Amino acid sequence: MNLKNKWPEYYKKDVISHYCPGCGHGIAHRLVSEVLEDLDIGGKAVLVNPAGCAVLAYLYFDFDVLESAHGRGTAMATGIKRANPDLFVISYQGDGDLAAIGTAETIHSANRGENITVIFINNAVYGMTGGQMAPTTLLGQKTTTSVAGRNPAFEGYPLHITDLLATLPGVVYAERTALDGPAGIVKTKKAITNAFQSQIDGLGYSIIEILSPCPTNWKKSPVDSFKWIKEEMTKEFPVGVLTDKRKKYKEEKIAV
Amino acid sequence: MDKVFISGNDTFGESAIRAGCRCYFGYPITPQNELGEYMAAHMRNAGGVFIQSESELAAINMTIGASCTGSRVMTSSSSPGISLKQEGISFLAALELPAVIVNVMRGGPGLGNIAPSQGDYFQSTRGGGHGDYRTPVFAPGTIQEIADLTFHAFEVADKYRTPVLLLGDGMMGQTKEPVVFPEPLNLKEMPEKEWALKGRGKGKSRYMASLILDPVEEERHNWKLVRKYKEIEKNEVMYEEYMTDDADIVVVAYGTVARIAKGAIKRVRTEGIKAGLLRPITLWPFPKDILVDLASRIKKFIVFEMSTGQMVEDVQLAIGNKAHIAFHGRPGGVVPTPAEFARYINREISQK
Amino acid sequence: MAKTKNTYTVTTRSESCKGCGLCIEYCKSGKLAFSKKLNKMGYFYAEPVQDKECTGCMSCTLVCPDLVIEVYDG
Repeated sequence: MNLKNKWPEYYKKDVISHYCPGCGHGIAHRLVSEVLEDLDIGGKAVLVNPAGCAVLAYLYFDFDVLESAHGRGTAMATGIKRANPDLFVISYQGDGDLAAIGTAETIHSANRGENITVIFINNAVYGMTGGQMAPTTLLGQKTTTSVAGRNPAFEGYPLHITDLLATLPGVVYAERTALDGPAGIVKTKKAITNAFQSQIDGLGYSIIEILSPCPTNWKKSPVDSFKWIKEEMTKEFPVGVLTDKRKKYKEEKIAV
Repeated sequence: MDKVFISGNDTFGESAIRAGCRCYFGYPITPQNELGEYMAAHMRNAGGVFIQSESELAAINMTIGASCTGSRVMTSSSSPGISLKQEGISFLAALELPAVIVNVMRGGPGLGNIAPSQGDYFQSTRGGGHGDYRTPVFAPGTIQEIADLTFHAFEVADKYRTPVLLLGDGMMGQTKEPVVFPEPLNLKEMPEKEWALKGRGKGKSRYMASLILDPVEEERHNWKLVRKYKEIEKNEVMYEEYMTDDADIVVVAYGTVARIAKGAIKRVRTEGIKAGLLRPITLWPFPKDILVDLASRIKKFIVFEMSTGQMVEDVQLAIGNKAHIAFHGRPGGVVPTPAEFARYINREISQK
Repeated sequence: MAKTKNTYTVTTRSESCKGCGLCIEYCKSGKLAFSKKLNKMGYFYAEPVQDKECTGCMSCTLVCPDLVIEVYDG
């Protein structure tokens, strides 16, 4: 008998993650590990893990990891990549980490066109701290700090940070995908592959925003969480390629 | 090598490059801008990395990133910017990553001003950021010493895997003096850093993390750091003694203030007052032993600082009630004069 | 291990399953179901159903956040 889904080489074996049942981090971790293996770059990879639920990601990824301070992932990734351009550098961040406390680092690393890849897990909520409002919380969405539902009069609007980043010349590839079922997961893997390949080709900053379930803080079952992403979240954050300058930059030979 | 006439800020930069520093990250703030500008002009020619970051926070975190790859890294700022860097310095200490951080101090608190000050002594010598850690702090007294101590700071940072602070002030950053630089290190001859993240290759993966959820494990990590700090305290203390052999009163001062104090000491010696100087070069580890030794035969000490009194507490901790300790400080960016210090020495010596 | 008469065999690492149920939801052939017993973590885990056929679509392995499921050819 042949095992069809062999364990990813760059994912630690025999470890049970701390993530809640149905959490999207486990899926995203697996996809990152699989693409590193597919592209044969796991041996050169250094991932910067965030503060937030994925703070313990170093316990699961079986390649080199540096843990960052909250929001500083892309600054650290910049330091790693500039000091040693031979390394393959990933910054893995959540919505609070990337789009609230780390906004300056996010925008400026993108604007410098740092040759790094950002995996942006958007679950519209602060997970690790217990379900507070995130910059990407939907209008009307109830959290522990937007108790009556997010109201733009008090809490402003959901921040479309990846759309914003896509407008920058330094960003070669930006795509938003959704972990909302098998098809969305296949698309996410394809998107991560495109982003990683951009870095291998030296084309600059790439980011994949992944709409990801947080059943615990959404107070929904894992299955209903997938449905909520498909039916509600993608209305505010439509999936798709937000910018793709790969062909142009390859032709112009813009390399970092 | 020949002498070159060069400013303190430029000297930090040139000496760092000679010490094998190949990554510099900084954000403009007066009075240390010439250092960033020097790195912008010279780092890339040296085959290194220069980034003007979006903030001091970004700069210190780029420093962490570059350091974890094994590169020699420097960042610099002045007082308010160093406050912003404290988060990263705490992480460097926790992750046991080497880095050299220059603080060209200015008047404070708040934005304060851009005049020379020594108001960041507590911040520098007590860790500065959150958590239980220390950083070696070197306080050069001349531009030549900036050259020597910057070079040395990289060695100490690598040896103990710790961030090291270089503490200057606005006066020292701007002053030009003749300097003989150390010979540049050959990067190829520098020892491999086994601990650095270089990708796992075919081997085992590694991680660097400061999150240690188990209190017992975190306590163990803290004690491990303490053992390292004790080694540093044992091996790395530096100070200068000036005319203490026959002294009846000893001035304790560092950096720019020590320089002014030397002028005052020369002045009062012409009047027959036997004054000397103890100049701590390392502010942490603080040169306690020599102070205890001096206090066994000298009964009057006077501490001069450009602050309301910070290092004086370390002098008191060292000497206790074995001698009388006076203090005179000028905070807020006011630079005292030799005549002013001479007056205070005179006053102390004339009191019973 | 539940050997089916079909071309695919499904096994689950029941001790690392958190019982989120995503695989069960997305399995078109009803090959996966919740266990009647709890695992050590206290979850009703996903387990293969004896008399159902796996089509080898791999949806279960795609949606599983915890790499619990193994699908074999043959």
